[in-house]
Amino acid sequence: MNLHEYQAKQVFAQFGMPVPNNEVVESTNQVSAALAKLAGDRWVVKAQVHAGGRGKAGGVKLLDSAEQVEQAVAEMLGTNLVTIQTNASGQPINQVLIEEISNISRELYLGAVIDRASQRVVIMASTEGGMEIEKVAAETPEKILKTTINPLTGLQAYQSRELAFGLGLEGDQIKQFANLLNGFAKMFVEKDLSLVEINPLVVTDEGQLICLDGKINIDDNAMYRQKEILAMRDESQEDERENRAKVWDLNYISLDGDIGCMVNGAGLAMATMDLIKLCGGEPANFLDVGGGATKERVSEAFKIILSDSNVKGVLVNIFGGIVRCDLIAEGIIGAVEEVHVAVPVVVRLEGNNAERGRQLLSESGVNIIAAQDLTEAAEKIVAEVNK
Amino acid sequence: MSVLINKETRVLCQGFTGKQGSFHSEQAIAYGTNMVGGVTPGKGGQTHLELPVFNTVNDAVKETRANATVIYVPAAFCKDSILEAIDAGIELIVCITEGIPTLDMLQVKIVADSAGARVIGPNCPGIITPGECKIGIMPGDIHRPGKVGVVSRSGTLTYEAVKQTTDLEFGQSTCIGIGGDPISGTSFIDCLQLFENDPQTEAILMVGEIGGSAEEEAAEFIQSEVSKPVTAFIAGGTAPKGKRMGHAGAIIADGKGTAAEKFAALEKVGVHTVRSPAELGKGVAEATGW
Repeated sequence: MNLHEYQAKQVFAQFGMPVPNNEVVESTNQVSAALAKLAGDRWVVKAQVHAGGRGKAGGVKLLDSAEQVEQAVAEMLGTNLVTIQTNASGQPINQVLIEEISNISRELYLGAVIDRASQRVVIMASTEGGMEIEKVAAETPEKILKTTINPLTGLQAYQSRELAFGLGLEGDQIKQFANLLNGFAKMFVEKDLSLVEINPLVVTDEGQLICLDGKINIDDNAMYRQKEILAMRDESQEDERENRAKVWDLNYISLDGDIGCMVNGAGLAMATMDLIKLCGGEPANFLDVGGGATKERVSEAFKIILSDSNVKGVLVNIFGGIVRCDLIAEGIIGAVEEVHVAVPVVVRLEGNNAERGRQLLSESGVNIIAAQDLTEAAEKIVAEVNK
Repeated sequence: MSVLINKETRVLCQGFTGKQGSFHSEQAIAYGTNMVGGVTPGKGGQTHLELPVFNTVNDAVKETRANATVIYVPAAFCKDSILEAIDAGIELIVCITEGIPTLDMLQVKIVADSAGARVIGPNCPGIITPGECKIGIMPGDIHRPGKVGVVSRSGTLTYEAVKQTTDLEFGQSTCIGIGGDPISGTSFIDCLQLFENDPQTEAILMVGEIGGSAEEEAAEFIQSEVSKPVTAFIAGGTAPKGKRMGHAGAIIADGKGTAAEKFAALEKVGVHTVRSPAELGKGVAEATGW
């Protein structure tokens, strides 16, 4: 799960990490009250969407009158922001963050991820804040400082010192950084994060460290024990069809092609998409129906696949391990009848009771093309769609 | 020979009396697995599937001398279950459950490593030595004792690999599902090492997927340490960036972990790769000349 910037900053503040004074508005008539609580006569106005690249897309504005802020908020709210990280329709802006200005002296980077290779939480810091960190890593890897957290001991003071001196911090900033990093490491573990980035972490002209931006991803597997974080979920930033699929315990990801896929198992689902491509077609989605492919779930899966108007045919690929293919065949037949599937459907059943399943499909009278093996199935659906 | 498990392996089940535990234990017993009992706290002293039920893994190990365990408990309790099994001295711990928080696995992995216990999974189909011992949820009947060592991050895609190598009459020495999570107890490298040292295994079939760098690390290992022919397939060539494809670990993050990179790394060290999931068995035939 992802958080908005303003939510990430709320979490930062909970762990004692310094963030600018700010207010969140959801309508223009909240602007004057918000500005009254903030100091200064210049403000940053930031569109809140789950995507990076907001600055270049016009989602971040530096303004110096209440009228300008009000106008910017009015222009942002209710629209979609299209950035290099969103799709063509962009992400809806339902909240705008208004923030006090910081006098920036230096821009640093601070991030942490679970590093799969070392199987540890790794903290990364760089003097090259404000830039895309992937670019810094690729071009000047020596400018990225790393330290690994041992889960048994947690973050140690020497690690903070190493990073602080490496970042060129001095005097009181070293102490500030150590406090900030303590909160940062504690937050990562207590909130079950999978990624956090502060880019930039700034040093102000006054010598203060401030988290000027924030990005947080939380481990989906840990949501059952992260109720506070779960309450921050914003479904408007997520794909509607993907969410509908989740309700039915289906794993669905939409893609750009025209061949819908329904497969049991994530690996096999990916491999089926790959095979469609290899046979000259383009998959319209990833869909894992999981183990219990009942009639209800297969029906729901068909509905979700077909709600994408680009879909011109559907390939069903089921490897019945423990589940019986004849039961799955009944589910598919029922679903195709119930949903009134009008596009060609190719079904490949393999495994437990596959023979009986295929027989049921061919005797059903519904318009289903049975395929014996995987390649044949992919070739058949590609041929049907190209008819 | 085979790797990790055989007909002598004494298998325990944690979450034994639950729906999953009962169903799959029944299947395992029917397959001929040497199941010796199960653990369900509070049900100690009962009999289930004609086997003794224990309150704790420690009790079970004392009574049955179990040296392997399979875990079907819900994700929130898996860390506890795995640590309990490690504490009881069990050498092989197979965790089938999906959805374990990643930070739980980070801790579990450290304890397992320091105790010398091997964890397979989580979020995996398990491990099977055909004709001898089945620990997990895979269908037994598609397997056949033989000479291909299969290691995979996937479930049903592994069954595809198994069926194809069975149809070609190569059979399998042992099949290990290492799981689809970002942090796995057992890596490709661990399995490659085991298969390399196993006289029954004559060829290795490796099924990877997008996300992380385990396949790239395996490629490096193969170059210096593996003499047996290796065939590989990577799922997810058509997966979009930044989207989790069902498995928690199957995600192209920051442009890294693509199928193309993994194929390239493996091909560079002489691994025979196939681009179609329908050609996993054929690929083994090509790599070995069988």
